[in-house]
Amino acid sequence: MDLYEHQGKELFAEHGIPLVEGFVATSGQEARDIAERLGGKVAVKVQVQVGGRGKAGGIALVASPEEAASAAERMLSEGFGGTTVTRVLVERLVDIAEQYYAAISLDRSEGTYLAIVSSDGGMDIEQVAREKPDALRRVHVDPILGLRSYQVRHLVGHLPREAREGTATVLNKMYEVLAERDATLVEINPLALLTGGVVVALDAKVTIDDNALYRQPGAAALKDTFPIDPVEKKAKDAGLQYVKLDGEVGIIGNGAGLVMSTLDVVQQAGSRAANFLDVGGGAGAELIATSLEVILSDPSVRSVLINIFGGITRCDLVARGILEALTRVEPRVKLVVRLDGTNAAEGRRILMEAENEHIVPAATMLEAAEEAARLAGAAT
Amino acid sequence: MAILVGAETKLVVQGITGSEGTFHSLRNRAYGTQVVAGVTPGKGGRDVEGIPVFETVADAVGQTGANTSLIFVPARFAAEAIYEATDAGLALIVCITEGIPVRDMTLVAGYLRGHETVLVGPNCPGLISPGSANVGIIPGEICTPGRVGLVSRSGTLTYQIVHELTERGIGQSTCVGIGGDPVHGIGFIGALERFERDPETDLVVLIGEIGGDDEERAARYVSERVTKPVVSYIAGFTAPPGKRMGHAGAIITGSSGTAQAKAEALEGAGVRVGRTPSEVAELVATTLP
Repeated sequence: MDLYEHQGKELFAEHGIPLVEGFVATSGQEARDIAERLGGKVAVKVQVQVGGRGKAGGIALVASPEEAASAAERMLSEGFGGTTVTRVLVERLVDIAEQYYAAISLDRSEGTYLAIVSSDGGMDIEQVAREKPDALRRVHVDPILGLRSYQVRHLVGHLPREAREGTATVLNKMYEVLAERDATLVEINPLALLTGGVVVALDAKVTIDDNALYRQPGAAALKDTFPIDPVEKKAKDAGLQYVKLDGEVGIIGNGAGLVMSTLDVVQQAGSRAANFLDVGGGAGAELIATSLEVILSDPSVRSVLINIFGGITRCDLVARGILEALTRVEPRVKLVVRLDGTNAAEGRRILMEAENEHIVPAATMLEAAEEAARLAGAAT
Repeated sequence: MAILVGAETKLVVQGITGSEGTFHSLRNRAYGTQVVAGVTPGKGGRDVEGIPVFETVADAVGQTGANTSLIFVPARFAAEAIYEATDAGLALIVCITEGIPVRDMTLVAGYLRGHETVLVGPNCPGLISPGSANVGIIPGEICTPGRVGLVSRSGTLTYQIVHELTERGIGQSTCVGIGGDPVHGIGFIGALERFERDPETDLVVLIGEIGGDDEERAARYVSERVTKPVVSYIAGFTAPPGKRMGHAGAIITGSSGTAQAKAEALEGAGVRVGRTPSEVAELVATTLP
């Protein structure tokens, strides 16, 4: 779960990472009031879960409360990069002497953490790595030992002397956030040395591990603050793994890998998937019915492809689930069904005998994808 | 003897008295696996259809000579279960549990670096050496004994490909599900290394998906160390960046972890990459020595 900047900064504040004074505004008027309180000169920053805000107009540096109000209004009404914006962060403008970059993230291949400090902040870190590799210092952090002081000395060793102690303190606290809050990424870009000699976090990018939310009640409570597609919400509430995509073939499958593979095969057949939906293992009638309801509530769906490989999941139960679902929802599109694996013959027979005009059986995954693509094309 | 599991496997199931634990322990036993013990704290002294239940893994090992553990305990207790099995000296731990916090898995990975124990999973279907042992939840009926090794990040996709192989009369030596989590135990390289050494394996099928760089690392390993033919399938060519596709580890981050990059890396190492599960089975059929 990716936190908004202001939420990341609230976490930082709890761990004592120095910040610039700022407050969240949800309207132009609120932005104006905050700017007034902060002395007029402020940064207005759009709060979204994507990076690259600076270049795309998501940060406005303004000189008066009026300008702060109009910048906030623009951001709140226009949205950012296609996502809705419900809040902006208004922060006091500060005098920056130098900008750095600091991050600690999961290194999934090694099962450890990777800490990086760049003496060149404010830029895309991948670009720094390509163009100025000497600006980067990195160390692997053993999760059992934690971030050690000699590692921190190395990480800050290429920064100007006056920035080293402040940056070292920030790094130690960043690691604290990572370990204690179940974060998989803690990134500060830029980390700034102010003209007064203080090192502060001007930005905060924090990702919390979804699997750990049961023991991070503070982070779990933030879940509802992020915008979510209504169909996606319905699926999540039913406990389904669902991702909205922008095609026209609705997909239901079992197992993440098989569903991903189904999306790919649909594209090879000349159409595009409207979603990713994994019903998981051992899916019975009820779950299949709910899945169908979710898929059919997406107006862009023009045909549905149900691709089940029965392992623990039994195809006869899936077949009954489909028929059960059809008594609950009136499908406006055809359902191409491919069943294989455990009890597949029985499942196919159940569907055949039902003689339902909405069901189109298919023998293989490829054949099913081709038929679903053809039906989606014919329906437009 | 195929790899990792076989006739010599003596299984202890941690969490055997839970519904999934019981169901799959009995299925594994019915397949022919020696399921010698179970462990559930507080339920030592009972039995599950004749399988004795112990308080600790150490007790189970002491009494039955178990050498492999299969874990079904809930996510919040799973790391503890892995430590316990490691300390009891088991050679192999297979963890089916999904949803273990990443932080816990980094600590587990760190601990395992100092031990001989091999971990398979978590968030995986387990592994099977057809005809001799099934450890986990892979449906044994779809497999048939033979000389193709499989290693995969995905469960049902593995079943799909195994099924297509079996339909073409091509059997398997061992099928290993390494799991869909970002931090896991044995990876592609660990499996490739064992398949390369295994006299009963002639060809390896490697099934990957978006996220991380395990496939790219595997490609380098294949070009440097593997002499047996490798056929691959990668899922997620049409997955959008930044979205988690079901598995915790299946996510394209920025520009890294795409299916395209993985397929190219593998092809660069001389691996034949199929575009559909059926094409993978056909490639295996034409490549098999």
